Amino acid sequence: MAITIESLRKVYGAVVAVDGVTFDVRPGEIFGMVGPNGAGKTTTIECLEGLRCPDSGRISVLGLDPEHQAYELRERIGVQLQESSLPDRLKVREIADLFSAFYRRPTDWKPLLDQLGLTEKLNAPFGKLSGGQKQRLFIALALINNPEIVFLDELTTGLDPQARRAMWELVKQIRDRGKTVFLTTHYMEEAEELCDRVAIIDRGKIVALDTPRALITSLGAETRVVFNADPKFEEAVFRAIDGVTRVEHSGGKVVIFGRGEGLVVRVVIALDSAKVRFRDLRTEQPSLEDVFLTLTGKEMRD
Amino acid sequence: MRGLWKLMLAQMKLYLREPAATFFTIVFAPMLLLLFGTIYGNKPSPFFGGRGMVDVSVPSYMALIIISVGFMGIPIATAASREAGVLRRFRMTPLRPAAYIISNISSYYVMTAVGVLALVLVGKAFYGMRFEGHILPVWSGFTLSSLAFFALGYLIAGVAPTARVAQAIGMICAFPMMFLSGSAIPLEVLPQSVRNIARFIPLTHVVTLMRGLWSGESWAKHLTEAAVLGGVLLVAMILSTRLFRWE
Repeated sequence: MAITIESLRKVYGAVVAVDGVTFDVRPGEIFGMVGPNGAGKTTTIECLEGLRCPDSGRISVLGLDPEHQAYELRERIGVQLQESSLPDRLKVREIADLFSAFYRRPTDWKPLLDQLGLTEKLNAPFGKLSGGQKQRLFIALALINNPEIVFLDELTTGLDPQARRAMWELVKQIRDRGKTVFLTTHYMEEAEELCDRVAIIDRGKIVALDTPRALITSLGAETRVVFNADPKFEEAVFRAIDGVTRVEHSGGKVVIFGRGEGLVVRVVIALDSAKVRFRDLRTEQPSLEDVFLTLTGKEMRD
Repeated sequence: MRGLWKLMLAQMKLYLREPAATFFTIVFAPMLLLLFGTIYGNKPSPFFGGRGMVDVSVPSYMALIIISVGFMGIPIATAASREAGVLRRFRMTPLRPAAYIISNISSYYVMTAVGVLALVLVGKAFYGMRFEGHILPVWSGFTLSSLAFFALGYLIAGVAPTARVAQAIGMICAFPMMFLSGSAIPLEVLPQSVRNIARFIPLTHVVTLMRGLWSGESWAKHLTEAAVLGGVLLVAMILSTRLFRWE
């Protein structure tokens, strides 16, 4: 295992930030920890990085104890912190050169910065970079020692949707290089898109852990096919479709609930053969958002 | 080791890119010397024990440079980089905290020495400044004074919750000290009442020590200054290590 956590507990004053968290992270996977702000994600990741000492529980990262073998561990992991910065007047080139000098076996940082699209910014001071560029530089620094595990804490918070998508591609590339990725996020669609396995954490406890697909399937939630149509049609036509559980329609808007693969195809065929004219057809899949809502009884959005 | 060296170089570059820091460390004291040198010249005067204004000002202004690095440069930069999360980022590398601090102190020491060198060169080039001491005692006096005031600077950074507070504390402590210690204005021209207060200001001991060593006196004549500055260094070092915070 790349990471093993057993019954991790961390208390700040009267607040139990992490309350008995147990899980394993397998080598080569993207493992995500999702949950609302204050759920215990950052505390957990900081215990793994050796930035905080757990009150109780056992942690092993690459077979090392982060609390007592922190320096050995830092040679072998890469970290992108949720809140950190660099001196505004230091240039990108100088930063990369400096950080690679901290490690015993650094990679060549020039191709690394090139892959992250920072070659044009080599002589730009850190303070003049955009949010996305700073975040890419932090990723470069997290990869500069050719680490075995990369920790990404709230990687895309504060980025616009386009920059966020670009960041997702980067994370997948990191995994494709054979590295293990441990990330935290409070964006459910990010976890769904990126993670091989997801742990959902709420109030310091893990409430579910599996692949995003398995978590969604386990809900047994229905797919919805939504469209606008001429109000004059027989609902029975749709009720007869294989897998359809119920049909709702009000005014011109029709919602067909159902399960199983190919539901939308069967609905469209039925519409066509019944000669019903329809517009704006789309499907709504259950998502991790729904999983979170079902498990915790509250909306993920803050 | 390579990391320590590179970090020190990076910190020196950063220092030079900060206009205020560069001004107070390297430009301010030579500028003051040019100003007062032009007004008063450097004629030997019985008032300064047969030395000229510039001969006396050069070692005194060294104290000015030391305190501006120690009380303004160090607390502000340290508190600001802690506040912004820069220290956090360095902490995630295998770099040891001691290595970080050592490279930091070394870069400040080099910058202070550059300021002193600029001051001496201006004195020498424009006013035929006299140097009756020896390099080694002067250098060791400069080093002890610098380290004592650097330690006080880290102490201020440790006490202050934010960079703004660090800046305020540094300024409030530094300015009265500059003018009451004889570093900016020679103690000889100040009234007796001010001189009585001056004895309790650590910077006065830097001025006395540097002026003494500069004029050829030996360390043996300055055991009080050595004890005071050594004591300040020790106490401030112990307290600042206890109070140092990464975040």
